[in-house]
Amino acid sequence: MQIIEQGLGELIQPPDLEAFREWNRTQKSRRLIDKRMTEAEAISRFVTDGCYIGTELYGTVRCPMSLTREVVRQRKKNLRVCGQGVAELDLWLAAGLVKKLDITYIGLEVYGTSHALRRAVESGEVETCVEWSNGAISWRMKAAAMGVPFLPVRAMLGSDTFKYSAAKVVADPFTGMKLCLLPALILDVGLIHVHRADCYGNAQIDGISGFAAEMARASKRLIISAEEIVPTAEIRKSPDRTLIPYYLVDAVVHAPFGSHPGEMAYLYERDDAVYREWIEASKTPEGAQAYLDKYVYGVKTHQEYLALIGKERLAQLVEQRERRE
Amino acid sequence: MTSQPYSKTELMICVAARLFQDGTTAFIGTGIPMLAAMLAAKTHAPGVIPVFEFGGTGAILDKLPRAVGEARTFHRAVVASGICDTMETGQRGFIDYGFLGGAQIDQYGNLNSTTIGNHDRPKARLPGSGGGNDVGSLCWMTVAIMQHDKRRFVPKVDFITTPGFLTGPGAREAAGLPRGSGPINVVSTLALMDYEPETCRMRLVATHPGVSVAEVVANTGFELILPDKVGVNEPPSETELRLLREEIDPQRLYI
Repeated sequence: MQIIEQGLGELIQPPDLEAFREWNRTQKSRRLIDKRMTEAEAISRFVTDGCYIGTELYGTVRCPMSLTREVVRQRKKNLRVCGQGVAELDLWLAAGLVKKLDITYIGLEVYGTSHALRRAVESGEVETCVEWSNGAISWRMKAAAMGVPFLPVRAMLGSDTFKYSAAKVVADPFTGMKLCLLPALILDVGLIHVHRADCYGNAQIDGISGFAAEMARASKRLIISAEEIVPTAEIRKSPDRTLIPYYLVDAVVHAPFGSHPGEMAYLYERDDAVYREWIEASKTPEGAQAYLDKYVYGVKTHQEYLALIGKERLAQLVEQRERRE
Repeated sequence: MTSQPYSKTELMICVAARLFQDGTTAFIGTGIPMLAAMLAAKTHAPGVIPVFEFGGTGAILDKLPRAVGEARTFHRAVVASGICDTMETGQRGFIDYGFLGGAQIDQYGNLNSTTIGNHDRPKARLPGSGGGNDVGSLCWMTVAIMQHDKRRFVPKVDFITTPGFLTGPGAREAAGLPRGSGPINVVSTLALMDYEPETCRMRLVATHPGVSVAEVVANTGFELILPDKVGVNEPPSETELRLLREEIDPQRLYI
């Protein structure tokens, strides 16, 4: 296939499919092992300085926030991150943990542009931003999930998003049509928050699934946090609901309200007061630091964090949730 | 017609809502497109199928979603899937409309939401493509919704995040984008625009009530095509205003 054009961006995490197969053969147990552990243990065991890491889902929805805060607490450095995380990546950027970004969208949605992103990129603290669309980054994970080195798509073409990506344009050998090839993205670590999981890591999500299925299959290490830990019998009763099977998973963390201040479909609403507190605070480096001192460094565990938010407030968020009807 | 006063934003939402066609699918982004889709569904297009990129299709929009992934985007929906499914549905030609925003737009409808200034050392780092590039590439017809001023309507966008007609006629197809897809309208705080078929350049269709053609021209940083006859958009009806204020955005998050 002849390469017609290529993006100028760095391929931050070049995929090695043979090594990925070897990894999956030698490093991922097929046995049913109890993988329950705390946020602190999971992050210290599986997240290393300089690793390539990603979070799922988007905006303030089903965010692995208890894991995100623990990454900040343990001050993991020089992270290479793929990103559409809003609440998560904002914290990492503000804490100065991010070195390189495969960026799709980092912003505050209705509340505008991210102050933490602007400071980190405009100052040059983040060394490089490689551009992708939301579809493209998910398809890159899908390619890894399929075990193939790239996927051809019809997005990105003709744009500067392509020009500053690490994608390539080729002529399709069958039809001759121009296609954008997206390189597979194999993450060192993926963080995904789910509604329920058993102790082995079999995980189910209610509502939209975002790109959880793809990220789970594209990650060498996968940390699941779950609102609820259920007996395996519950999983086996409805195996059709299992999005992430146990053998993909390295750690299972029980994290009720794990998406706070984000929301969790059918369980609790976004905590707009705390989220807006972040948005105000993050306007200055000092404000962001004060927020991190209060909500991250100032509490040792997710349980302490929840105590800080308060039972009453959490009960209100449950009351305000979107219901199935 | 109505004697009630209304804001520019309310009018922009109404003009955008009237572009939705009943029985079509439409990708909906955060903000004004959500209000426009709800208003369309409550008036002339009850059969419009909203598609939210992270997996919600066919939601009943009773309450205004504040984010593209929140539970309201799949409230009583027909399917809650994931982003690969919705984007691939677009790639197969199933999504009719896409509603987009941006920090800058040019005469060919290219949109920028990535950087102001140089990409590698930007003056301002904006959020990035999000689903914008996918929507602008894969939907049949895209509508941009914009504040209208010279900082936003520029001769050349600093960064083409989302493709419009790129450099003009034939450029989308030459780049490999799906045949027959592209921008169709721009709804701004001042007017409704479309694109001249022969040149793919932006053309004024109708101004908002009380806005002169000269005012639109003065707030546009490139040469807008002016047809012989420029219409005037209908102001919001009493029904539209009541729906917007009482049912769609009672907390006045946007209006």
